[in-house]
Amino acid sequence: MKAPSFGYVKARELAQVFDLLEEHGDDAKLLAGGQSLIPSLNLRLSRPTVLIDINAISDLQGIRETADTILVGALTTHVMLEISPVIAQHVPLVAAAMPYIAHPAIRNRGTLGGSLAFADPAAELPACALALDATFVLKNRDQERRVQAAGFFHGLFETDLRPGEILAAIEFPKAGVSHRFAFSELARRHGDYAMIGLAAASQKAGDLRLAYFGVADRPVAATQAAACLVKDGAAGIEAACAALRNDLQPSGDLNAGPDTKLHLASVLLKRALPSLLTSA
Amino acid sequence: MSSSPTVSFFDRPNSYIGRTVPRPNARKLLQGRGTFVDDIVLPRMAHVVFVRSPHAHARIVSIDRTAAQEMPGVIAVVTGAELAKVITPWVGVLTHMKGLKSAPQHAIAIERACWQGEAVAAVVAESRAEAEDAAEAVVVEWEELAPVVDMETALNSDTPVIHPDLGDNLAFRRELVTGDVDAAFASADVIVEQVFHTGRHTGVCLEPRAVLADYQPADGKLTAYQATQAPHMIQNLLAKHLNLNETDVRVVCKDVGGSFGIKVHIYPDEMATAALSVLLKRPVKFIADRLESFVTDIHARDHRIKGRIALKQDGEILAFEIDDRTGIGPYSVYPRTSAVEANQVVNLVGGPYKHNAYRAATEVVFQNKTGTCQYRAVGHPIACAVTEGLVDLAAQKIGMDPAEIRRRNLIPDDAYPYVGLAGLPYENLSHHASLNKLLALMDYDRLRAEQSELRKRGIYRGIGLASFIEVTNPSAAFYGIGGARISSQDGCTIRLDPTGTIICATGVTEQGQGTEAIIAQIAATAVGVTMEKVRVITGDTDATPYGGGTWASRGAGIGGEAALQAGKALRNNILQVAAAMLQSAPEKFDIREGIVVDADSGAERLPLEEIGRVVYFRPDTLPKGIQPEFVVTRHYVQKDYPFVFTNGIQGCYLEVDTETGFVTILKHWCVEDCGTIINPQLVDEQIRGGVVQGIGGALYEECIYDDRGQLVNGSMIDYLVPMAGEMPDIVVGHVISPTASSELGAKGAGEAGTAGAPAAVMNAINDALQPFDVRLAAQPFTPERILTALGKVGSGKTRV
Amino acid sequence: MEQYDISVIVNGQKVRRRVSARQHLIDFLRLDLSLTGSHLGCEHGVCGACTIRVNGIAVRGCLMLAVQADGATVDTIEGLSDSGAIAELQDAFHKHNALQCGFCTSGMLATAAELIERHPDANREAIRAYISGNYCRCTGYHSIVDAIASVLEARRGHRSAGGAA
Repeated sequence: MKAPSFGYVKARELAQVFDLLEEHGDDAKLLAGGQSLIPSLNLRLSRPTVLIDINAISDLQGIRETADTILVGALTTHVMLEISPVIAQHVPLVAAAMPYIAHPAIRNRGTLGGSLAFADPAAELPACALALDATFVLKNRDQERRVQAAGFFHGLFETDLRPGEILAAIEFPKAGVSHRFAFSELARRHGDYAMIGLAAASQKAGDLRLAYFGVADRPVAATQAAACLVKDGAAGIEAACAALRNDLQPSGDLNAGPDTKLHLASVLLKRALPSLLTSA
Repeated sequence: MSSSPTVSFFDRPNSYIGRTVPRPNARKLLQGRGTFVDDIVLPRMAHVVFVRSPHAHARIVSIDRTAAQEMPGVIAVVTGAELAKVITPWVGVLTHMKGLKSAPQHAIAIERACWQGEAVAAVVAESRAEAEDAAEAVVVEWEELAPVVDMETALNSDTPVIHPDLGDNLAFRRELVTGDVDAAFASADVIVEQVFHTGRHTGVCLEPRAVLADYQPADGKLTAYQATQAPHMIQNLLAKHLNLNETDVRVVCKDVGGSFGIKVHIYPDEMATAALSVLLKRPVKFIADRLESFVTDIHARDHRIKGRIALKQDGEILAFEIDDRTGIGPYSVYPRTSAVEANQVVNLVGGPYKHNAYRAATEVVFQNKTGTCQYRAVGHPIACAVTEGLVDLAAQKIGMDPAEIRRRNLIPDDAYPYVGLAGLPYENLSHHASLNKLLALMDYDRLRAEQSELRKRGIYRGIGLASFIEVTNPSAAFYGIGGARISSQDGCTIRLDPTGTIICATGVTEQGQGTEAIIAQIAATAVGVTMEKVRVITGDTDATPYGGGTWASRGAGIGGEAALQAGKALRNNILQVAAAMLQSAPEKFDIREGIVVDADSGAERLPLEEIGRVVYFRPDTLPKGIQPEFVVTRHYVQKDYPFVFTNGIQGCYLEVDTETGFVTILKHWCVEDCGTIINPQLVDEQIRGGVVQGIGGALYEECIYDDRGQLVNGSMIDYLVPMAGEMPDIVVGHVISPTASSELGAKGAGEAGTAGAPAAVMNAINDALQPFDVRLAAQPFTPERILTALGKVGSGKTRV
Repeated sequence: MEQYDISVIVNGQKVRRRVSARQHLIDFLRLDLSLTGSHLGCEHGVCGACTIRVNGIAVRGCLMLAVQADGATVDTIEGLSDSGAIAELQDAFHKHNALQCGFCTSGMLATAAELIERHPDANREAIRAYISGNYCRCTGYHSIVDAIASVLEARRGHRSAGGAA
């Protein structure tokens, strides 16, 4: 399976990227880690006329800590997140998700921005972003736009990115003292795409986001289920599980039909409870 | 002839029999310096990519290649009709499979494609990438036809017949009855029934299928560098279908990246590649890519078996009965046929157990899906799952421990020779010794206690046992008697070179199991040299004796015996010359570590290099009447039995998460009796690899087709092969019952792990779930199937 | 089709070539440099057979374009072997028969080499997790885990012996 022909440009700065995006429109694709793009090229599922390699753009690198947030450049690789003490301390949900993401060699090259922009519905990081209500920093030639995670994922591999825009950075709120989180995933084998997964986070009492992945065409926030738990704590778990039926409406896949996914969603929620609820 | 009479030949000094020796030919593989087919480059070499049918069943209305032919790098675009002028079609039948019928199959389809993935045109270009570009530009007009995709309805009158000339979609049917089955079931206290399904799956060798065909028009010689297990078979069939002299065809196998039976068959695209080389008069290389592999590598094990067992209340088994159906492809695969797997199922159900009545029926039906054929442990995993599943069900019904019911019914170790109910003789099996050893290795009682304790805490662990018999060292019964020119004999030529090195050329082949190592060990032992002084040549029809290659676990038993006899004969020849040089008698000497020594004292008399120097360069100094012959060939064929059976038993300990349906295998054991063991580590590693392949079939692997005959999970992302994170440590033990059919006494070991593992896993899952009174019998046992059986989810459509 | 000039240090040697953008790094190594020790098993980044070392880290060579290797340092199995960098692992693999057909071996060794550096205290479970992206059909993984574990244990022995001195 050899890729079809395409052109290649190694961009050195963002201005160049915007020029190329304007010139080529949909026929151009951004190459970051390549761990999702290159398989699609090899499989001839994707046929861009030009790849814009953004790996040398320093504006997209780096992990920066501010008073309340951690700003992570889009080109930050998974392994950088995995070993970062800043992420471990301040964004523990992401740190917890890392071992589930593919395999070490893929994590060595795959990037946070790439994973979020590709928006595979069975991927871990989009759900983490949703659970943390992360802010996506989108840039085009003229301006910077900020979109919350809940407004970023529109459908199967579809995001809020507009033509001429690039995902430049992602801002995560720092975990405060009341921060609770849980991450779990069921996959047939280590590193496989999730059969179903749950990224859950609460920044303070009364706040809880349950982001499921592997259940639909995008990560889904189970808002009604979360509301049951916020209202009644552990006593609300049965109601929460019942509410999942309204929140999720999963589509099936090769591994599990919709009914199975719903059942597993409840199982994950029950198992996540101890980590999520503040002790009485 | 041999040394001290009280010491067996294999215990003599310098013996490598029973020794773990690191494989000499592994060194280059560790450095990435192997030679796989894709590593070979020849001048003017071209690459072929096949235009393949996207439909399971469709008529080819037209093929427009005008655009493709003009694309960069393209050398030729060839259709089935054009290639048919160079290569003849074949029919995958053997005369001893009575009634087996199949239609002629072409290297490239003409008129009609009968499975998704069948090649309908070939694009030859200077690079694979350019060939793929051009293949996309070939425009095929199709007329879709109704596909046959359900084996259960394939024989219905309203189901289309794929090959009208054949009359129906039945490829093969066999019935076997031994004893009075109806009386046995009538007299039974307990009858248990179950419908089993084994999931269609495939080999997924890491190196895809590969061939580089090099036709030299000047002398009409074809060399095929091929990833195959059976070079002489390939040689014969290339010659036959390309109308070449067999001796003008050379097949070379260097390193092969895994095979497991996948690469022992004839594939239309590989034959087409050779035909293209003849047609275009230049080397042509074909390397299947992974997506192609999933739709074109042979599939296997797509069965539905209704099974019944009859027993007395005290646990005595009276009878087995099975009704098997399997769905193959649209053609019986050539030349080994797609009926052998079902035939084996009939031959093997109930095998380890005493009983007096057995009835089996099988129907093999054509479908518009990828063709099926022999894949590691052919039929054994299916027969074992049915047998062991029924035995466990029976044990549960009468409230007997699964180990106990086996103890009561396995054929006693002193009952041999014994003829099984399929009419196949067993020479000397060791079911009870193996069972006892397994239970001890597992610490069975402790596991039962642990299981019981954990059950009280809502943790569900299960223990599964599975006995099996295994076909190895085949005689001509498999293929030869059916008219296939597949050799059941094998040969080894051993020569001594002036430097004291021995070179062994053998007809059995290497795909990583260690063939070269064990042949070297046997040859070194037989002649009396160290391993460092042995070179082994395999996989070259020009350079080795005519042989069968490696399949049906014949390498050690058959190839090994030929090597042993050749080595011993060479040793005798060397001693004749040495004795003449030392003016004494041959019986006074032995050869140890490359030196002729006094047999009694071990005193060193003459190094082999010295004998070599004299014989090759100073024969003027030899006594008159001495003509050294330092090249010896011996052949061996196993004729005592249709097959030499081995036996074994496996145990699996696992935990089922009843909320998620996930299975975690905690540990796995196998006790196996393969007779004389040449290299213990290599045997154990064959078992381990085989067990994991079996676990693959039990938990993960399934070729999933939709109702239009489309393979929907044909990629590495969706077709799940076992990876390290989910596999257990595997403990292997042995019992040793050498076969008397050869001096070496070695039986085969390559397939045993795969034969018993699925049954052990199935039994363990059902054992774990015993408190829930559920029964799973449809492989693979996916989380969804387990949850469905437990009633946690209910789609109604999921087979369990 | 447009070609791109790249300069790569492969196994310690500077190499300059022209490549097309679509050619992945493994095809470049195998076809342009005849370094056939790196293998292709799927070309969709799942099987791990193509794992090599780029800029010191293990990567899937089939998921990297040759043109992206411009300015990079690439170490293939041949280089890692000849430099002695993975000698302990190769010896252990040989001793434990942690390979059969050898097709997964170059990728498996590249992954294992990174594992023993990054996780010197890995237990069997951690070893299995680290190599979980490298498919082996032949061995069933047990002997590979044994081989890697033996190298880790030997290194731990040397560390503690060194520390005690």
